[in-house]
Amino acid sequence: METFIELLPELNKAFFETLYMVGIAVLVAIVIGMPLGIVLYATDNGLILENRFIKIVAGLVTNLVRSIPFIILLVFLLPFTNFLLGTQIGPTAAAVPLSVAAIPFFARIVESSAREIDRGVIEAAVSVGATPWTIIKDIILPEAKPGIISGLTITIISLVGYSAMAGTVGGGGIGDLAIRYGYYRYDNTVMYTTVVILIVLVQVIQFTGDLIAKKVNKR
Amino acid sequence: MIKLEHIEKIYPSKKGNVIGVDNVSLHIKSGEIYGIVGYSGAGKSTLLRCINLLERPTNGEIFIDGVNLTLLSIKELRKARQSIGMIFQGFHLVSSKTAAENIAFSLKVAGIPPEERNMRVQELLELVGLADKADHYPAQLSGGQKQRVSIARALANNPKVLLSDEATSALDPSTTKSILHLLKKINEELGITIVLITHEMEVVKEICHRCAVMQNGKVIEEGKTYDVFASPQNELTKNFIETVLQFTIPAELQAACTGTIIKLQFEGTIANEAVVSDMLQAYPVSGNILHGKVEYIREEPLGIFIMELKGKSEDVKQAIHYLEKRMKQVEVIQHGNIH
Repeated sequence: METFIELLPELNKAFFETLYMVGIAVLVAIVIGMPLGIVLYATDNGLILENRFIKIVAGLVTNLVRSIPFIILLVFLLPFTNFLLGTQIGPTAAAVPLSVAAIPFFARIVESSAREIDRGVIEAAVSVGATPWTIIKDIILPEAKPGIISGLTITIISLVGYSAMAGTVGGGGIGDLAIRYGYYRYDNTVMYTTVVILIVLVQVIQFTGDLIAKKVNKR
Repeated sequence: MIKLEHIEKIYPSKKGNVIGVDNVSLHIKSGEIYGIVGYSGAGKSTLLRCINLLERPTNGEIFIDGVNLTLLSIKELRKARQSIGMIFQGFHLVSSKTAAENIAFSLKVAGIPPEERNMRVQELLELVGLADKADHYPAQLSGGQKQRVSIARALANNPKVLLSDEATSALDPSTTKSILHLLKKINEELGITIVLITHEMEVVKEICHRCAVMQNGKVIEEGKTYDVFASPQNELTKNFIETVLQFTIPAELQAACTGTIIKLQFEGTIANEAVVSDMLQAYPVSGNILHGKVEYIREEPLGIFIMELKGKSEDVKQAIHYLEKRMKQVEVIQHGNIH
């Protein structure tokens, strides 16, 4: 119990580090991954921005990143992180590989949510003379919103898991704490505490995500 | 108004080309309701979708008010589409938008400022009879109400043409009637030209001024709806018409008749009944009406009698000859037993 209280400041710091790096990755996923997902969808055959070349290139890049296991991506991107930030240690550095992994992951989720939309609805918008941009903004995104929010929940939870891996190479966060105290020092109290924190965190994310998805779903 | 010239749509496939529409030319007049009928796969839907270039024809040209749509740039085509409304069997409303927002989308596309949109949306909702449903989401509306919203959306930018792709096929009979009534009202009050496709002859009978019958990508028959109903030329057309005008008598009843059974068709009612009574007075035959019906094709009556004539075979022959001279259509269904 005493060790636990002693560790509280450190636990607190680790918790916020995890939130910080996951937060950055989620932001990047939304800013870059969502447009990429829309491109993957809209350039498909018979759709508003049909373009075979872009479709193939975007699909290839997405698959390329997705085929690398995160733990390898983590090491592989170290020089890139160093180049970008001048360091490869700490939560900000860890956010780089997390973001790179999050982009294609979320893009595919956005793509598949968009695919759920009845093509007739898009056709109806084409038939009133809407431009592709208007259709994306006013039809595809609102219609795919429940799916995108559920997908975002999945992305965030996966990123929490990935962030623990990032911790093992000096990224900080809860994973880092668990490894340092729980594994190297055989301190079970810390180990159990981190597990409990992660369980609660994931539950809260899932619950919130479901709640919002349900609220925006008008179907 | 709408001129389709030699429209051809070919779908290339590995097993050779599939012909969707085969050299169809149609002229649809301003202000008319034009029906295109056919079984599924006849190419009618493809043809309709060619009119606003949702489907680009492989060959042929489409003129609306003299403008050749096939030559327009994408930007010009978008503008042109604002004056061609379209409604669908599946309604295709945006589920995340309310009825009002669905309609407002069309106005937004046309660049109408937000303040003006609300007023126009209200007008349109009133036109389609849904003024109280503005804030309902599509999931909260019935099939008929959804189709009304989609009609309002299609009419938002005052189009000259409304294309209807099986708009009533997913609705029950009484809702179908009310939607047809609405389409008729739109046609009469706003003067909008309507092109509709359907597999239900009932729809054509109710509202179409003229119609075309399609089979295997070709138009096999075309004309005034009344004429098509009164004297169908093609076997398929006859089949379609029979679904509406069931002028047949049960086989058992027919077999029990010993006389000659004839089918008389007439346009209008009263005058023609006199012809029958004249005939019965002029010839020593007796007549027995087995079936009689008057159908209204867009409010014009089309009557059919099926009657049995008895008498000496020579007299019956002459009586029929007399009828043939005075009536539009006389058909012998079954010759009488020879006495």
